Amino acid sequence: MASIVVEGLSRRFGEFTAVDSISFDVSEGEIFGFLGPNGAGKTTTINMLCTLLRPTAGRAWVNGFDVASEPAKVRQSIGLIFQDPSLDEQLTGLENLRFHAMLYGVAAKAFVSRAQEMLAIVDLADKARALVRTYSGGMKRRLEIARGLLHHPKVLFLDEPTLGLDPQTRRHIWDYLHKLRQEEGVTLFMTSHYIDEAENCDRIAIIDHGRLVAADTPEKLKGLVGGDVVTVRTSDNRLAAEMLRRAHGVEARSGPEETLIVEAEAGETFIPRMMASLTAGDGRVEVASVSLRRPTLEDVFIKLTGRAIREEEADSKDRMRMRGRMWRRRR
Amino acid sequence: MKQRIASLTRNLKGAFTIWSRDVLRFSRDRSRILGSLGQPLLFLFVFGSGLSPAMAPLGGGRVNFVQFMFPGILAMAVLFTSIFSAVSIVWDREFGFLKEVMVAPVSRAAVALGKVAGGSTVAVLQGMLVLLFAPLLGIKLTWDQALILVGLMLLLAVVMTSLGVLIAARQRTMEGFHVIMNFIMLPMFFLSGAFFPLRSVPLWMEWLAKANPVTYGVDPLRQVALSESVPATFLDMLRLHPIATDVAVMAAFGLAFLVPAVWLFGRQG
Repeated sequence: MASIVVEGLSRRFGEFTAVDSISFDVSEGEIFGFLGPNGAGKTTTINMLCTLLRPTAGRAWVNGFDVASEPAKVRQSIGLIFQDPSLDEQLTGLENLRFHAMLYGVAAKAFVSRAQEMLAIVDLADKARALVRTYSGGMKRRLEIARGLLHHPKVLFLDEPTLGLDPQTRRHIWDYLHKLRQEEGVTLFMTSHYIDEAENCDRIAIIDHGRLVAADTPEKLKGLVGGDVVTVRTSDNRLAAEMLRRAHGVEARSGPEETLIVEAEAGETFIPRMMASLTAGDGRVEVASVSLRRPTLEDVFIKLTGRAIREEEADSKDRMRMRGRMWRRRR
Repeated sequence: MKQRIASLTRNLKGAFTIWSRDVLRFSRDRSRILGSLGQPLLFLFVFGSGLSPAMAPLGGGRVNFVQFMFPGILAMAVLFTSIFSAVSIVWDREFGFLKEVMVAPVSRAAVALGKVAGGSTVAVLQGMLVLLFAPLLGIKLTWDQALILVGLMLLLAVVMTSLGVLIAARQRTMEGFHVIMNFIMLPMFFLSGAFFPLRSVPLWMEWLAKANPVTYGVDPLRQVALSESVPATFLDMLRLHPIATDVAVMAAFGLAFLVPAVWLFGRQG
């Protein structure tokens, strides 16, 4: 059975189309990643699926409930972890959970055991009675994960769950998420612009400028890149690219730090042939370095969208976020 | 029908959750209590003591200016706490617990009402703390008077918190916050009769004061708080309206703010 069904979902803000007629399904128990640069439409999509934002066209069902006509049922059946912290820092971890339970109508009796259970899974049982203000960034995220699952939702939405955390903490969060999927059988729908994290997903959808450009398993997506990725550093990249086009019929593109990137099937045998053609003839090009690797999701992303996942300049919300961090530090 | 009752209970529980969170936060945060007590007391003692000698002849020597100001300071504590706790919604909705409330299966109207209830309760608690200073200023209060004062403060708190929620309902960033401070809160306080009697002021000021909801809070607070401490003839001179009129006007302002506040807050983006 599908947990989430999306059909031609769109959202316009005035003239601007944030999400443009996207369609996809997410199966029960799946970890589904929604990948794209900032401003691609990820958060807008999540907000529509969570009934925070009304779609301007198309339909979507979450756990069989229509997001437009049955918002209360959708909300009761999902958990949501936001990009920005949404804990009350003046309250203890347990109090945060209790208020959540009250809002979701979890009976007081059931709450006690459920809270213990969830706190144990995210390793916060011994910090439950401490003020959230004293928690580290990773602990806050774990508490939010425990809270999001408190009322037994069938789908957990996570908007950039590891944003702003250090790599080690990010890995830990993923360990917890995998554990939760196993123990709770919950479907996870997450967005990220940390592309390496997307490897944790069963399936990935890539969204850019509000459009869905691909949706498949990480392996199959990597198959979209034509074979291996060869990176060369030369004395004249433009000339080298021209020579490679003529000699091998391949399109080289410029990579980071003045490099040239070529996709080639069986890269091991391509490199000697490439070296031969680059160093032969009149227009000699000096090759400083060559490296070979298997394609990553970043390559897939560049291939499909023509650019890297990038950081946008700060909008007013980002400024507010920054101010908030400073404000919290000062206290 | 059964479903209706279920959703009503749920929404009441939701509003109660928001209310109890506000009260729990207030009781926990000692520094905030002291901090927000500091401002009214500063006004009272610095302004009050500073202006007392100059004002003394006006009351014919029978009225202490600090006593005159005290009801205004009660209103101030309520006004500032109400508006602040309501406007904190803007922040709370983007980066706080309220964000999580907005996706819970509870109606937005219940959220707004819970917030008005919570903000008002906290504002009244703050006002009651200021009220404890009355005996120090030589203001005699009976239990009945104190009870009526708390009731009046509660009404004023509901009016002001509703106004705060109305302001915050569609606001997305904190950038307009100083504008609210400087162009709404301070003028409301200054033009409420808290500092000076509104009798024999320029006409423009009289009209602004008439349109100001806080005026209708300060007036009855003063009548009730000072009834045992100040000569009745003097108190009559200060009176703008009968207490029943003040209460009715405040109730009307309250509804005029609360209804659109709940409606605007409930509208989905």
